[in-house]
Amino acid sequence: MSDQPILEVRDYSKTFVLHEQGKTLPSSSHVNLNVYPGRLTALIGPTGAGKSTVLKGIYLTYLPSSGQLLYRTANGGRVDLATADEHQILALRQRDIGFVTQFLHTLPRQSTEDVVAMPLFQRGVERGTARAQARDILQRLNLPERLWGVSPATFSGGERQRVNLARGLLAKPRLLLLDEPTASLDPKTTDRVVELIAELKQGGTGLLAIFHSPALVERLADAVVELAPPPGTEHFFEGTTP
Amino acid sequence: MVNDNISTPTLDKVLEVRGLGKVYGNGCPHCFDLTGPEHDTNICPRCGSVVAAHNLSFDLCRGEILGIMGESGSGKSTAVKALYFDEAPTCGTAVFYDQGNAYDLYALNAAQQRQLRNQRFGMVYQNPVLGLNFNVSAGGNIAERLLMSNLSHYGEIRQRATTLLRRTEVLTQRMDELPKNFSGGMQQRVQIAKALATNPPLLLLDEVTTGLDLSVQAAILDLIMEIQQELGTAMIAVTHDLGVIRLLAGRTLVMKYGRVIESGLTDQILEDPQHAYTQRLVASAL
Amino acid sequence: MSTATDYPFGFLDSYAKKEVRRTVLKAIAIPGYQVPYSSREMPMGRGFGTGGLQLTLSLIGEGETLKVIDQGSDDSVNAVNLRHFIELTCPSINTTTRTQEATLIQSRHRIPEQPLREDQVLVLQVPYPDPLVIVEPSETRRKVMHGEADYSRLLVKLYEDLVHFKEITISHRYPTRINGHYVIDPSPIPRYDVPKLHQSPALLLFGAGREKKVYAVPPYTLAEPLVFDDVPFRTEDFTDRVSGERRACQRCGSRDSFLDEFSDPNTGGKVYQCSDSDYCTQQQEQAHGE
Repeated sequence: MSDQPILEVRDYSKTFVLHEQGKTLPSSSHVNLNVYPGRLTALIGPTGAGKSTVLKGIYLTYLPSSGQLLYRTANGGRVDLATADEHQILALRQRDIGFVTQFLHTLPRQSTEDVVAMPLFQRGVERGTARAQARDILQRLNLPERLWGVSPATFSGGERQRVNLARGLLAKPRLLLLDEPTASLDPKTTDRVVELIAELKQGGTGLLAIFHSPALVERLADAVVELAPPPGTEHFFEGTTP
Repeated sequence: MVNDNISTPTLDKVLEVRGLGKVYGNGCPHCFDLTGPEHDTNICPRCGSVVAAHNLSFDLCRGEILGIMGESGSGKSTAVKALYFDEAPTCGTAVFYDQGNAYDLYALNAAQQRQLRNQRFGMVYQNPVLGLNFNVSAGGNIAERLLMSNLSHYGEIRQRATTLLRRTEVLTQRMDELPKNFSGGMQQRVQIAKALATNPPLLLLDEVTTGLDLSVQAAILDLIMEIQQELGTAMIAVTHDLGVIRLLAGRTLVMKYGRVIESGLTDQILEDPQHAYTQRLVASAL
Repeated sequence: MSTATDYPFGFLDSYAKKEVRRTVLKAIAIPGYQVPYSSREMPMGRGFGTGGLQLTLSLIGEGETLKVIDQGSDDSVNAVNLRHFIELTCPSINTTTRTQEATLIQSRHRIPEQPLREDQVLVLQVPYPDPLVIVEPSETRRKVMHGEADYSRLLVKLYEDLVHFKEITISHRYPTRINGHYVIDPSPIPRYDVPKLHQSPALLLFGAGREKKVYAVPPYTLAEPLVFDDVPFRTEDFTDRVSGERRACQRCGSRDSFLDEFSDPNTGGKVYQCSDSDYCTQQQEQAHGE
């Protein structure tokens, strides 16, 4: 396993500019961290420290204000995600970089197994094969079989999260971002998730994760990065209403 | 040096639009300086010309859906109208890449433009009256596009029309009925079938779900996504509906008063909008 | 009271004739293209064959032999009146009812049964010159469609016919592609006559007086009715459903001519006879002579 980081976040900062309120809102300030292949880096810190911001920043859902997001591609090249072309980002999302959030947007008519198999479809995996793999991972995450053929639109929070995880894990990306992936799961399913994450690590995936429980950090993290709220944030959270 | 040597799959560019603009009226040297979002108008105060769109540039790749979002009068339909040759742009270029050829769209003669429009582009209008011939059966509408691309075998045309209508979930028993007897959602399906008749690599969608019931909207959007995944069709979806953008588009342009005020990955536009207008738009929709 | 002698030969003045002749030349040069011309006022209502008449008057010369037919008959009121007018204004021409004797034939709704020759010209009277008028009301757009040979919407009409009636129901004015490009309305001739346009040895001219258009199918030119690859063009079928035999003309007995259907005033039953009266007469003469 390589000692070269798959992702280097260098001096990353993100400040939101809210035009309507005439405010700027610092969310991440001078973040530095590395993610290595086959290892899990956990982000910890108090609420408001900008943990989710960093993940969304790496995924380019948030535009960085400054800093570099250096991603090492499979052939050893380096891309600064912060300045990469949109098409490059879309291509990397399709093949390299996965993100499991607490939320799931799906089409009303798509069956759960197709939602899970979608990343494989997009890479051109034969549909039957992709669906078989999707069913396999749904089984492992304890999603009742009767739900596989229906759309996750009507699922409960825990069920949706399992679908979301199944999709993110099945894609076996090179870099996986996890934002509280087990927040609404029962202990038994959480154990399964831990197992699956361990498998991904074995397969060389580098992970950057936020967990809601310190126990999970203990079980899964190879490295921990602690974030502090950026200067100026306090004002916002003390909530002095104008 | 970063960003070179990247191992992303070769992106097949379908379309390259540069500096596209459309002015209604005679225009004057001040038109572009005195209009736009910062002037809160697209009507030139000097000469009264309407700057429908100015300096529109974007790329579109195979299998990609680009969203163009804006309110009415923002100029969001200008690009698709110009690309489908419904209206000639005032300036700008658009290059269409197809089967190893590059077509400089506005340098082509009328016959070449018509050929691309009939065979390589598909258009679905908000108003089915624009996209369908209401005096001709649903199947006949599809036949028209096939006939335009020089398919002249009746049996084959029937077969293709049946397949397309089945694909877009129109009851094939109704294929010989006039579209005016159909519901709005069904008319859109027939339009989509017609647009897809020649397997075009580029599909233009102009407010395709506007005015339809929510459940019908969802089904149409589903259909469009399925088609994109199955056929790898590149699409431009013009809409004022954030929901449509969220579901369909990978990248989005936000337009106001004829200008692109913001563009980016759709999730970024929706979660971290940069422009005051987009922030307002997103905030009011969520 | 004025007489015919007050008018120049051919009624039209020489400038009008020259313009028509120039138009004809252009029409021949661009087979099937509708050439506009300034259709003159004629001493009869537009729609009574003024387009054909102007062509005839501009082309006919002294000593030539004219035949005028209407719906296949030399004796119908229209044919008689037109022939009379031309005789009056072109004093030194001959007229005939015999197809093979004529150098110029003006006709409405039929092409003679007897094959035409290279030294003959057929002028057809046209009410509606543009076949696209049924699918596109704007003439500007029709012109573009013609220019680009875009006839898909006409084919859609045929498609709709096949869908609704299981066959193409156009009986007259069957759209026909000339020389691989322009599609013409071949005037209200029956489908039976359409194949005669193809590689015709005689020059075929079409004149629309009201619509001010002239077009031509030059000798030996491709003329293909619009069809689908798998739905061949069919001409009228005169087979008797009961006997299974092709119906014959009740007068001359011919079994290979275009037949008109009449009801017998005595029996009330249907009888058939040749639409081309000259052909019928000659067939009878031949039978008697043998």
